[in-house]
Amino acid sequence: MKTFSSLLEKLLFTPSRNRKKSALKEYIANTPDPDRGYALAAITGDFKVKNITASFYHELIKDQVDYELFKMSYDYVGDLAETISLIWPIRSVKNQEELSLHAFINLINENSKSEQKKIIFDLMNKSNANQRWSIIKLTTGGFRIGVSAKLVKLALAEYGNKNIEDIERIWHGLSYPYLNLFEWLENKSFKPKIKFSDMFHPMMLAHPINEEKDFNNLKPRDFVAELKWDGIRIQLVLDNKNKKVYSRTGDEISQSFPDIVDNIYGNAVLDGELLVGRKFEALPFNFLQKRLNRKKPSKKIINEIPAFVKLYDILFENGNDLRDLPLSKRRYILSNWLKLNPSECLDISKIIDFKDWNDLKQIKIENTEKFNQEGLMIKSKNSVYLSGRPRGHWFKWKKNPLFLDTILMYAQRGHGKRSSYYSDFTFGVLNDNAIVPIGKAYFGFTNEELKKLDNWVRKNTINSFGPVREVKKELVLEIAFDSINESKRHKSGLALRFPRIHRIRWDKPTSETDYLKDIKKAFF
Amino acid sequence: MMAVENAIITHGHADHARIGHQNVLATQNTIDIMKIRYGDKCAGSFQSIEYHKPLKINNLNFTFYPAGHILGSAQILIETNNSRLLITGDYKTSPDSSCQSYELVECDQLITEATFGLPVFQHPKPENEIKKILKAFEKNDTKTYIIGAYALGKSQRVIKLLRDAGYDETIYLHGSQLKICNYYISQGINLGNLEPVSYKKSEDFEGKIVIAPPSALKDKWSRRFSDPVICYASGWMSIKQRAKQSLVEIPLIISDHCDWNELITTIKSCKTKSVWVTHGREDALVHWCKTNNINAEPLYMQGREEE
Repeated sequence: MKTFSSLLEKLLFTPSRNRKKSALKEYIANTPDPDRGYALAAITGDFKVKNITASFYHELIKDQVDYELFKMSYDYVGDLAETISLIWPIRSVKNQEELSLHAFINLINENSKSEQKKIIFDLMNKSNANQRWSIIKLTTGGFRIGVSAKLVKLALAEYGNKNIEDIERIWHGLSYPYLNLFEWLENKSFKPKIKFSDMFHPMMLAHPINEEKDFNNLKPRDFVAELKWDGIRIQLVLDNKNKKVYSRTGDEISQSFPDIVDNIYGNAVLDGELLVGRKFEALPFNFLQKRLNRKKPSKKIINEIPAFVKLYDILFENGNDLRDLPLSKRRYILSNWLKLNPSECLDISKIIDFKDWNDLKQIKIENTEKFNQEGLMIKSKNSVYLSGRPRGHWFKWKKNPLFLDTILMYAQRGHGKRSSYYSDFTFGVLNDNAIVPIGKAYFGFTNEELKKLDNWVRKNTINSFGPVREVKKELVLEIAFDSINESKRHKSGLALRFPRIHRIRWDKPTSETDYLKDIKKAFF
Repeated sequence: MMAVENAIITHGHADHARIGHQNVLATQNTIDIMKIRYGDKCAGSFQSIEYHKPLKINNLNFTFYPAGHILGSAQILIETNNSRLLITGDYKTSPDSSCQSYELVECDQLITEATFGLPVFQHPKPENEIKKILKAFEKNDTKTYIIGAYALGKSQRVIKLLRDAGYDETIYLHGSQLKICNYYISQGINLGNLEPVSYKKSEDFEGKIVIAPPSALKDKWSRRFSDPVICYASGWMSIKQRAKQSLVEIPLIISDHCDWNELITTIKSCKTKSVWVTHGREDALVHWCKTNNINAEPLYMQGREEE
């Protein structure tokens, strides 16, 4: 545990990406199996400890310190793992044998919750603050140390002197502690054999288009366009035995969508957008939100909000890897595949014809303004399917944002590096003589603006509720957002999609901001 | 804080020692430090007072005791015939060889600071913290290590800790640090060989330790060093996200204030019946006092803002 916790501390505080990568390589080179594999899996998020949540630690700390003092501390520090690791009473415990990372993980996974509590209590007593922090982060997940899975893979590629795309393509077929991977990297064995048909494959992502630059350089005839659907990007992995739905990050979400899993057939890996609605008519995103993160959706909600998929691409068919074929060829295969494997919840995302970029601009305006679409995708006909966000192949062209003038109502302190700033803002709109909340935003401003906002909040507080401050209703925030829908989430009965603070209108009186009834008139 | 007719000053830090008072009463060290930093005419007149020697003002006895915060720092005991009020000023009870050692003073009413008045602040031993730099040195001695430390107090303490840990190379100083270091040396604090940074090239600092005020780390000044390792000596460094926010690569948790355990130990040991808490996180310490059957109130000082 000690070397692992030193690695985490080093990764957290090293600002340079290259030096982080070196630290990872050094750790891989000097740490025995299976510890190094567990460590990397923990950092990339592939490995999670079961059953331990934030509430586990709240219960643990309740028995150690005055809970009121803990709450004050947590409010100040802003991060649970940090608060507990720092507040833990320092006890002089005899230094017993060092517990290795994998031994600790096995111990935790094999035991019941009450045993887990004893094990962690003992280990916390034997550890210093940094080690305690590592234990909590390891067991609750999410280190936030500025290391992506990509950086880990790069370190592995450099350590073994291998090609990064080779590692990317097998990565999701590997499982920790990656013994076969390390053997290959150390040239003690061949590249691990992966069963491609039942794993997630890293997705290809798009860059935002730069209208001035890109349209001058790109030839319209080399590209196709399609709608940018406002759902969630998914991958369907189908073979005779398994049918799985993965999110764009490779998390399996099949359980939440039995209506899809039960109605698709065939042997393929497909890329598409998950949407909700009937007859392939997509409902706004907030309807889809009601289906997300439900492990077992009820029949009622499935009937009310059925899911379907708009297909973009095909990566494998009957076990054959199609990723090195050009997009135009893959789309042809995709439409034939769907004819052979029709389903009431699969539809093709249609290709949009266009003459030139001006023509496409008209199409974009029509689709986004009249039909409330999110924007367009522009893809090179010749593009092969690469992992990550390669340059020059796929572009997204988002619609122009909409704006509202709103009034700041509440502010809450942020987390992590924003824990000392009031950085989460709830804003509202006028409704007769009252102000009703319409949304929350925590980005869109510069660091300088954040300092000013924070200062303003502290000086204009009229009420405090724990970490939340109610402020004088005097500051106007111009909010940019992508779309607006009816919703029960806020008192106004409306919800904004992607709200961000566009401008802080220090100059504008609140009497000149938008009224709820006018907003409803304008958008519905 | 406004300029007043008669000011009693605990120590030389800028948020405690302001300019423009008519008459200043303080320890000789504090008076010297004020004159070095603000000039001989920063107050109308100065009266120095020795530790432990009571001075009668308007039928009240004023006695200064060492506060262990920086050189010359003092706690002030104010006595009537039947009651003792102690104002701690900024203080720390843990050992520090760069200033006079803290002394416990018993009292009936305590006014304590609470800069680190939350139980998350449990400062580690500074001797171990300073080793972080020396260990990094062993691994890579081609880098320049810049330590951010306040010019008065922290800087000298860091230098002293380095010396006590056996580091005897020349230590380089930002221009603003030199005068106070020289003053400490004149008072018998051995800081070893020190040199100003000025007029040297980047290569000259490879494998060296440089001490600069925290503000200089983000300033143009630091551009003269190529790819330095940024270190920062402060009690706040125990909070990882704070350290990360200031782009610190080696956080050194070295504080010149009491941590939580020292604060509550002091409150218990000084046998006070009542505590007023100021300068920091008052709520938590007040809560602790009340749950331990000690009267306590937050004391909000006029003209003071959180730094």
